[in-house]
Amino acid sequence: MRMIHAPLSEEDVRSLRLGEVVGISGPIVTARDEAHMRALEKGPENSPGCLRGCVLFHCGPIVSESDGVYSVVAAGPTTSARMDKLEAEMIRRFGIRAVIGKGGMSSEVADAMRECGCVYLAAVGGAAVTYAESLTVTDVEWKDLGMAEAVWEMDASSFGPLVVAIDADGDSLYESVRKRIRR
Amino acid sequence: MIQLPETTEDIVVRLLRLANTKLPEDIGWALEAAAGWETDSIAYSQLGAIMDNAKKAEFLGRPMCQDTGIPVFYVSGRFDSSVRGDIERAVRRATAEIPLRPNLVDPLTRENTGDNTGLGAPFIHYRPTDDDFLQIDVLPKGAGSENMTRLAMLNPADGIEGIQRFVADAVLDAGGRPCPPTVVGVGIGGTSDRCVELAKEALLRPLDDRSRDKSIRDLEEGLFVKLNGSGLGPMGLGGSTTVLGVRVKKEGCHTASLPVAVNIGCWATRRASVRIYRDRPPEFTQGVFR
Repeated sequence: MRMIHAPLSEEDVRSLRLGEVVGISGPIVTARDEAHMRALEKGPENSPGCLRGCVLFHCGPIVSESDGVYSVVAAGPTTSARMDKLEAEMIRRFGIRAVIGKGGMSSEVADAMRECGCVYLAAVGGAAVTYAESLTVTDVEWKDLGMAEAVWEMDASSFGPLVVAIDADGDSLYESVRKRIRR
Repeated sequence: MIQLPETTEDIVVRLLRLANTKLPEDIGWALEAAAGWETDSIAYSQLGAIMDNAKKAEFLGRPMCQDTGIPVFYVSGRFDSSVRGDIERAVRRATAEIPLRPNLVDPLTRENTGDNTGLGAPFIHYRPTDDDFLQIDVLPKGAGSENMTRLAMLNPADGIEGIQRFVADAVLDAGGRPCPPTVVGVGIGGTSDRCVELAKEALLRPLDDRSRDKSIRDLEEGLFVKLNGSGLGPMGLGGSTTVLGVRVKKEGCHTASLPVAVNIGCWATRRASVRIYRDRPPEFTQGVFR
């Protein structure tokens, strides 16, 4: 498993090969349906700075809080396809370098990835304890959206395994599997 | 010290903890068997991560998936109307204690109730029987798999072949979204509403429980082979493990109808059951009661 370090440069991202298994260290930021909608409505200037150029994690974690200290109980990926209609614009306006999620994203999103230099990293759905073990919360924004929908800023340490499932050329592992499927 | 008997509320908190933190044994075995025949390296890595996570969750007593779902309850045996309050209080406590993620929102305002109760929840199905115990089954259902639910009112002439095509399309169109390898719950018959219920109830039947009905067995085994030959694989990334099992439940239907419903369970098809007796300690299982 190759280790990559966030924040990621365009060069870092373009060096990742389709099907490669990687782990990531450094800052990552969670956002789901509600955070995407609010970010696009407010724009990069009026949204949390952590979203710009970030590694975006499609995740609604379980976080416990005691005496103002947060700890991540469970944090696996959520279904990325729900953000299909929002992600291309997110990538273009916020300069997202990597999206971590599960299940893949539309060709429209893959086009934005090719254009801007961004990749889709597939996390293992449901492997929430394994992923939580390598995450610590550094801050939280838009907490009013609720635990699952808030923007959690986290520090990742060897966070993985992640499969490069859409590369910065816009090639998608899901698309090639879909074409080969026997019905 | 006098040991006070556990209340129904306490028992349901334990039931929710069991369901969320421990994978049913039959599903663990199915995953291990799948890892044995999987030759695709990405698929194998996905199965390895899944099994590793399940062990950690059980050891640490943490929910195996952050989407602890909407718990669906099935209450049977002998009970009175107090059971609803017991379950509701237990869900509230379990949400804070385990903890579970507060998932319940108003469908239009999207406002979260904060404790997984209210707005009609918890959702409970009641089936009184003459047994001398109260049985509660719980199925915490995450959204990734639940969102892939489908119902078709087929024509009787569509037959078994029509059923097979509809189920296969539902699973393959869902792709990686419901977290394959999945358990596929299929409801056949009933009315439209009952058919959707049957598909979900089918997920309560363990994978190692062989149906005595040959027509059900043939359908389950045929779909299992077909879907695992599709190439979709774990998480939709390719491979020969798309489903861990297919569970079919049928009931009678109108002579002019052939209702079919699909309700998919993710690899973490979490379930647990308890029987509460008047005169002895409760019995828990994640399989069938012996």
